[in-house]
Amino acid sequence: MSERLRPYRVLLASRARAQMQYRASFVTDILGTVGVGLAEFAEVWVIFHNVDVLGGLDFTAALLVFALSNLAFSLADMFVGHLDQLPRYIRAGQVDAFYVRPLPLLAQLMTSDLSLRRVGRLTVALVALTVALTTADIAWSVGTVVLIVLTVVSGTAIFSALFTAAGGLQFFLVDGAEFTNAFTYGGSYAAQQSQQVFPDPLRIFWTFVIPTAFVAYIPAVAILGLPGDHLAPPWLAWCTPLAALLAWAIAGLCWRLGTRHYQGAGG
Amino acid sequence: MSIPTVIETRELVRDFKKTRAVDRMTFSIEPGEAVGYIGANGAGKSTTIKMLTGILKPTSGHVRTCGLDPMRQRVEVARRVGVVFGQRSQLWWDLPLRDSFAILGAIHRMDEPTTRARTDLLVDQLEMGPQLGIPVRSLSLGQRMRAEIAAALLHSPELLILDEPTIGLDVLSKQRLREFLVAERRERGTTLLLTTHDMGDIERLCDRVLVVDRGRLAFDGTLPGLASTVGAQRMLVIDLATPTPDLHDVPGATLVESESGGLRQRLAFDAETTTVAAVLAHVSSRHEVRDLTIEEPDIEDVVRRIYAASGRG
Amino acid sequence: MKTFWLLVRAGFRRHSTYRLALLAGTTTNSVFGFIRASILLAALASAGTAIGGYDAPTAIAFVWWGQALLGTVNLWGFAEVKDRVRTGDIAVDFLRPINPQLAYLAGDLGRAGINLLGRGLPAILLGALLFDMAPPPSALSWVSGAVSVVLAVVVAFAGNFVINLLAFWLVEIRGITLLWMITGGLLCGLYLPVPWFPEWLRTIAHWSPFPSMLQNPIDILAGRVVGADIASAVAVQVFWAVALLGLGQLVLRAGRRRLEVQGG
Repeated sequence: MSERLRPYRVLLASRARAQMQYRASFVTDILGTVGVGLAEFAEVWVIFHNVDVLGGLDFTAALLVFALSNLAFSLADMFVGHLDQLPRYIRAGQVDAFYVRPLPLLAQLMTSDLSLRRVGRLTVALVALTVALTTADIAWSVGTVVLIVLTVVSGTAIFSALFTAAGGLQFFLVDGAEFTNAFTYGGSYAAQQSQQVFPDPLRIFWTFVIPTAFVAYIPAVAILGLPGDHLAPPWLAWCTPLAALLAWAIAGLCWRLGTRHYQGAGG
Repeated sequence: MSIPTVIETRELVRDFKKTRAVDRMTFSIEPGEAVGYIGANGAGKSTTIKMLTGILKPTSGHVRTCGLDPMRQRVEVARRVGVVFGQRSQLWWDLPLRDSFAILGAIHRMDEPTTRARTDLLVDQLEMGPQLGIPVRSLSLGQRMRAEIAAALLHSPELLILDEPTIGLDVLSKQRLREFLVAERRERGTTLLLTTHDMGDIERLCDRVLVVDRGRLAFDGTLPGLASTVGAQRMLVIDLATPTPDLHDVPGATLVESESGGLRQRLAFDAETTTVAAVLAHVSSRHEVRDLTIEEPDIEDVVRRIYAASGRG
Repeated sequence: MKTFWLLVRAGFRRHSTYRLALLAGTTTNSVFGFIRASILLAALASAGTAIGGYDAPTAIAFVWWGQALLGTVNLWGFAEVKDRVRTGDIAVDFLRPINPQLAYLAGDLGRAGINLLGRGLPAILLGALLFDMAPPPSALSWVSGAVSVVLAVVVAFAGNFVINLLAFWLVEIRGITLLWMITGGLLCGLYLPVPWFPEWLRTIAHWSPFPSMLQNPIDILAGRVVGADIASAVAVQVFWAVALLGLGQLVLRAGRRRLEVQGG
């Protein structure tokens, strides 16, 4: 197994090394993503400066949702966020270079970059998660811990699937690559919210079409022991891995269609 | 045991929306051959290479690279072929050159001692030692191109495909690159497929030429064969001891030019019908010959004639 | 002046070639519009009253005008001038008969124009169609709103231009660009209305040029700011436009001297 993964380990290590070479701008970039994380947090905080409850959540609960979704998004963004830069790779001829190497295309693309600067935003998310988990009134059990771990892993997988689907679609959309921002970055923005702020059609969209409600809100309902509602019953939290699997099935399909199109049309 | 054909295409076709980029292309390349693949821009060279390496799907027809179907067995093909796209780098621009070799070694699942040994050998042959520690983006074009070729050869491929390897290089860099490729072929018997605009590449490196014109194979044969096909003739330049009347009556040869009152005369002759010896014997039996040189046909001119013959510029 | 208009038109045409990108931008802006509108409405419902002068229809107007103007006003900045300073190409700009700052401003106004039409208009129509959105309350709001939008484009441009010119002295302006983008994004009133901020943050915002880049035109168009207040909102924008353009001229002159001394 470890021998099978050696090429990827070497590729990722090389990416990390390259970023460390320019230490000053690397530090600046990390501070930049800390800033982005803080700005995102400021939005939540400013709202709760004006109201006590938003979409059925108090500040601590909203902080948990914010933390879970930001954690998953910054992890996914760090590892595969560059997938939605596909047109750049195509223009640079990098995709053709990948084709003449003996590894799967998607695996090469995924390991072609590693945005370590995103640890800034990741740190903000981790701090928020710690604060939320320690201040919220949680009935701790083994189940809660398992659910939290499962949520972070599945949430990261869901956002990674969105980036992969975006990459696949961008084989078609070269000039309109920004279209996919609507569901990658838009999905991340939606995931940070209490889903109760949305009207039902939007909630159904963010649960069953682009399943970002599973990233944070639905698990948070169960973690906090909230009653939930018709579109987010507490038991649904345990379906988060299922949502991740389905998201990946669709992402795989998008990717396949994309590469077929590339080989068919020649980019 | 018969050695399998390295490249085989039959009736290979590739359409893009409205145009046919590759049109019923049929050829095969045997192990150890060095083949120049030439044609104008947009003639279908890159499209063919992309079909050979599994990047593009053929519209119809048959293609095998190292006996494999590039679309279905892309990874296996990639293991056995080395490719250099002249304008596109496969190196890691932000890391020292040494790292690119190490990464490619891992990608090809070579163990570290093998990678190191192979890197050392190639670096030594290409005289790239001093550049190993330099980030790729700081290499000169000539250095980068040699590094690209070393990278493509790292995993000891059976077939090396070079797409415009000498484009933009200065004379000296071209020279070094060609010398290396000649040596590499002599030592390892690597099969070579090369697209180029530079006829010097073909003359120095290739024993066979494929000319593609508007997606079709216009010629497949040796370089002298190509010259004679389009009627390009070799030239015998004779320096005579005394001013001599024009040499009009030499069998199999035609007078092209007479200089310095007949001291130097140029005779064109067709290699198929006569030999240098016969022409020389005929002339020297009548006049005193001081010196002679043979001028080979200008290949660019030959290719231009092929295009002209098939109705192009 | 004629040259200026020619450059505006050139900027417009140059950016209008990316039609698919404009459509993609509208789509993304609209998705964010839906989400943000939901959040603001939920907050208002939770508060039970208007917050910071915004009731539901004006909050909706805040969201959709914000999304519509997002592509028009260049909030995220540009790197073109910085790159030209770095490569030394800026010397060529100094040789032209038009002041470089005005030339780039003209190009940016052209870019803003096509983005307003291609990216802003569809977003605002979508918002008006699907939500109960407050229209600009009077002809005065329309006219002054339009002036305010142009001023917002100018202020955002002028600020970014100064940042770009810092490349004359600094090897790497990435950190400053990032800081400008992040504070700007927060304080310009893109995510939430500035009047919703806590007192101290609102004070910081009011002393910064950022609300002049988005919040002020939105307030006028959404009808939160009416009557005589419009004059002061626009006056603040004029102040920042003049101040930042003036600063840009000073920095440009200093940069030019540096270029002449060092020979590029």
